[in-house]
Amino acid sequence: MEKLAGINRPSSPYLKAIGSIVWKDLLAELRSRELISAMLVFALLVILIFNFAIELQPDLRITITPGVLWVTFAFAGTLGLNRSMAVEKDRGCLDGLLLAPVDRSAIYFGKALGNLAFMLIVAIIVLPVYSLLYNISLFNPGLLLVVLLGSTGYAAVGTLLSSMAVQTRTRDVLLPVLLFPVIVPVLLAAVKASGGYLQNLPMNEIWPWLNILIAYDVIFTAISFMVFEFVVEE
Amino acid sequence: MIKVHKLVKRFGSKTVLRGLDFDVQAGEFVALLGPNGAGKTTFLRILASLSRPTLGTVQVAGYALPEQAGSVRARLGVVTHMPLLYGDLSAEENLQFYGRLYGITELNRRVQEVLDLIGLTLRRRDLVRTFSRGMQQRLAIGRAILHDPEVVLFDEPHTGLDQDACDMLDELLRDVAGRGRTVVMTSHDLARVEDLATRFDVLSRGVISASARRADLGKNNLLDFYRQSLAG
Repeated sequence: MEKLAGINRPSSPYLKAIGSIVWKDLLAELRSRELISAMLVFALLVILIFNFAIELQPDLRITITPGVLWVTFAFAGTLGLNRSMAVEKDRGCLDGLLLAPVDRSAIYFGKALGNLAFMLIVAIIVLPVYSLLYNISLFNPGLLLVVLLGSTGYAAVGTLLSSMAVQTRTRDVLLPVLLFPVIVPVLLAAVKASGGYLQNLPMNEIWPWLNILIAYDVIFTAISFMVFEFVVEE
Repeated sequence: MIKVHKLVKRFGSKTVLRGLDFDVQAGEFVALLGPNGAGKTTFLRILASLSRPTLGTVQVAGYALPEQAGSVRARLGVVTHMPLLYGDLSAEENLQFYGRLYGITELNRRVQEVLDLIGLTLRRRDLVRTFSRGMQQRLAIGRAILHDPEVVLFDEPHTGLDQDACDMLDELLRDVAGRGRTVVMTSHDLARVEDLATRFDVLSRGVISASARRADLGKNNLLDFYRQSLAG
């Protein structure tokens, strides 16, 4: 039998496998720009439509901004999650990943981190555009922290549910139906915490919402870590 | 190398495999034949650790499934009619990606060896989505043997290929099998597998209904053997 030096039998190291999947997702997206461009166009259209649809007095803008922002992120994120898993499923690549001698949770974390990166890239572009359109400064470190925590929870749950939805014929419809009821605590806490930072509320009013975001991220990441293997297996 | 005993696979109320027994020695090239819906792909997916058996025992390369799936995966290569490749990555990048997942050291050297073997060195930096179906299938074989597996499973690898691409694929299959690997391949194309395999098993009604070695079967008798197996 052909035997080649340098071929290891043991499984790939866990972090290396995660890094490889993230690298692969980012590189493929850099080439195709299908996922981010779809998310971005959708997100910009949503904030533009809100801008024309809601005539706001300047003092009211601050109160409505968190809701508009998180509705935009949530809808755009769904597009990205669907596309990210569809790429794996349509060419059989999900089987390719599952055939590799890596822990299935490494595949989950690789995909979730890739999805998080796409959501954050969209947020980095949307926030300045929103600031220009609504004449509100969104360059607030606290708000950026909320975006990071909210996106993490969204990507953690969304990656798990999109890997379930992608196995069905109605994946495009099924994902939002599954995702939005589960993601309500993240959206609610993210809207409240974002509003708190934008309105300069005292930290003791913002902390409870940040705590909910952190707890949600930890709990749902742990649940996804435990159940991903069963979700992707036949 | 592969031992399967009383394998049963059910999807809900539908039973696809009904107590299947299957034994393959190291270095054998087994063609798994059978009509559409016989359960060939289901059986291969179980051997590949992509699906769990309902009942029965399965061992690949000395490791039990599903309990030791990680060890099986490290010793197994799989080629299906889907390429399992990323269209927006180049041939080289696809192999490097899978090589990292398999923990291959000296990866660049191994990727070069595989590209040479499958005849895609000149197209190594081209995106896979620009490849013909035949080239994608050759690269899929390269991906499957990248980690030098002891067992390679092929599920209808000729599907969608034209005559020239099929001939080229056959040469590659002979090369893969000729290196002492154990090969199991499902196919509908009797003429094509007749010269490739060393053994022919017919999967019908959820069990292996007949098995014959090429040496015992003689030339041009595969079709009769196949028909008799299905009729019996």
